[in-house]
Amino acid sequence: MSDPVIRAERLTKAYGGAIAVDRLDLTVEAGEVFGLLGPNGAGKTTTILMLLGLTEPTSGRAIVAGFDPLRQPLEVKRRVGYMPDQVGFYDNLSGATNLEYTARLCGVDAKTARPRIEAALERVRLSDAARKPVRAYSRGMRQRLAIAEILMKGATIAILDEPTGGLDPQATREFLDLIRLLSKDGMTILLTSHLLELVQSVCDRVALFNRGRIGLMGRVDELLRDVLGGSHVIRVEASGDGLKQAVERVPGVARVAAADGGLRVEAGGDVRAAVARAIVEAGGNLTMIDAGHASLDDVYSQYFEEMQNAA
Amino acid sequence: MRREGSAFAGAGAVMMKEFADNLSSTRMRLLELLIFLTGAGAVYATIGEVRDVVGEDPFVFLSIFTAAKAPLPSFVAFLGFFIPIVAIALGFDSVNSEFNHRTMSRVLAQPIYRDALLFGKFLSGLATLAVTLAALWLFVIGLAILLLGLPPSSEEVTRGVVFLVVAIAYGGVWLALAMLFSVAFRSAATAALAALSVWLLFAFFWSMLATLATPLLAPVDPDDVTSVLHTVAVGEGLLRLSPNTLFAETAQAVLDPSTRELGPILSTQLEGAVTAPLPIGQSVALIWPQVTGLVAGFIGLFTIAYVMFQRQEVRA
Repeated sequence: MSDPVIRAERLTKAYGGAIAVDRLDLTVEAGEVFGLLGPNGAGKTTTILMLLGLTEPTSGRAIVAGFDPLRQPLEVKRRVGYMPDQVGFYDNLSGATNLEYTARLCGVDAKTARPRIEAALERVRLSDAARKPVRAYSRGMRQRLAIAEILMKGATIAILDEPTGGLDPQATREFLDLIRLLSKDGMTILLTSHLLELVQSVCDRVALFNRGRIGLMGRVDELLRDVLGGSHVIRVEASGDGLKQAVERVPGVARVAAADGGLRVEAGGDVRAAVARAIVEAGGNLTMIDAGHASLDDVYSQYFEEMQNAA
Repeated sequence: MRREGSAFAGAGAVMMKEFADNLSSTRMRLLELLIFLTGAGAVYATIGEVRDVVGEDPFVFLSIFTAAKAPLPSFVAFLGFFIPIVAIALGFDSVNSEFNHRTMSRVLAQPIYRDALLFGKFLSGLATLAVTLAALWLFVIGLAILLLGLPPSSEEVTRGVVFLVVAIAYGGVWLALAMLFSVAFRSAATAALAALSVWLLFAFFWSMLATLATPLLAPVDPDDVTSVLHTVAVGEGLLRLSPNTLFAETAQAVLDPSTRELGPILSTQLEGAVTAPLPIGQSVALIWPQVTGLVAGFIGLFTIAYVMFQRQEVRA
């Protein structure tokens, strides 16, 4: 495998006494879709800004596309497209004019830029709105314009900060499709999100972030298996006494937790039938049993709960 | 640590974009209208006075700028008043609006340094100011040619150009101040109010404050005649901290060639003096400290803004 396109080594950022990012180690391979996941304020944006050379790390170093963002920020920024959280454009200018300005900032002359801008807008299906002022754009259109900017720039790495933030479900789905499309073209994508479940479908690998540190990193299915001890989570709605103990005795069940109005069962396989039998035998009233799919949210909450309990 | 690549890469692109924005903004249209109307009014009002002295005054054209007819102030006084307003209007939201529209991090993620953004914005403001003032200057001169029926002499044109350059430098001070506040305050309204308060201080209250403070700083000793001179010098020094004073003095010396000295003149100094207007070189020598002060002011303010901007976090 070739060298990783993004590599961070013990990257640390402290604001005064508060540590935003704490000794972060990270590698992203070429062509990968990598998700940096965690709640707001976990240090995701700070990490991105350090990778782009827009903020100086307190210690540690990073290499992006073969360049040091601290010393060669222009080389890095030439190769990386960035879509900030709640991306903004100049409202009074049209989408196409906004991209023309970006092209000039990149040192691309107008003649070369024009066909590239048209192609990029076509790609994100904004050709019809290209001459409209951005103030008339919806949130989803602005996000797509930001993707067009990255395409126009000819970037090989795209860094997207909360790309689905504030989008309605339809726009979110479309946007995720767009990300898959870019990935298929060989672009390396680093994205952040606090909506874990939403992005687990597009990411090859994820890192779960909490309070400036990466807790877990790896492929989604691996994380599900490693952390949850099995990828089956069963939701049970039932009433009665001693049900938790009864279910815990069922073979294959790894963990039982009380959830609202019932139980949340983690198991190594599909044990629904056995669980149902155990509840009925214990004299409980079973009203529903459902094999929900384990998600990163489960991984996240479980992992960091354990960390907190251990601390 | 050394960074690679030019700090000016992209400055031209920023400047052209901001310049276009400035020239097409409604805000600028309104200000230009206001300035042209008041400028035309001031010139039209003074032209009657000036017409009476045609033939007596060798610099009749320049007196268009400086003559005042109550209740209107002179054209120069108008400029001293309006240039800061235009400069503040151009600068007060130049940096913070990028944050407020969430364009800052996206623009800085392009292959440019932040230096380029600030340089580009400042230069575009200065260019807008220069274009506006040059247009106004030509407009006034054209109006004067029409109304007086006389062309200006070459010396008058030269003095006029020097005055124009000084006026742009004066605007540069206020532009740098407005940009400093636009870096310091995230809210555009706060930045505008802060800049306007400074302008208000220098335009109206500074001379009062200076008058009040001078006797405290340098009291006149009734037994010592030279102490009077000292007091006057301190008072002038205080006044000259204001860019408005520097501009007014410069305008007076450049546009009125009979001005020989901007400070106090002793009667012994006047003895045997030739009562002729100063040649332009001498007038420029007279205003050199004032012009240096203005330029130093805007470089100083811009440097503070620059350092603050470099240290600012990009995230909104």
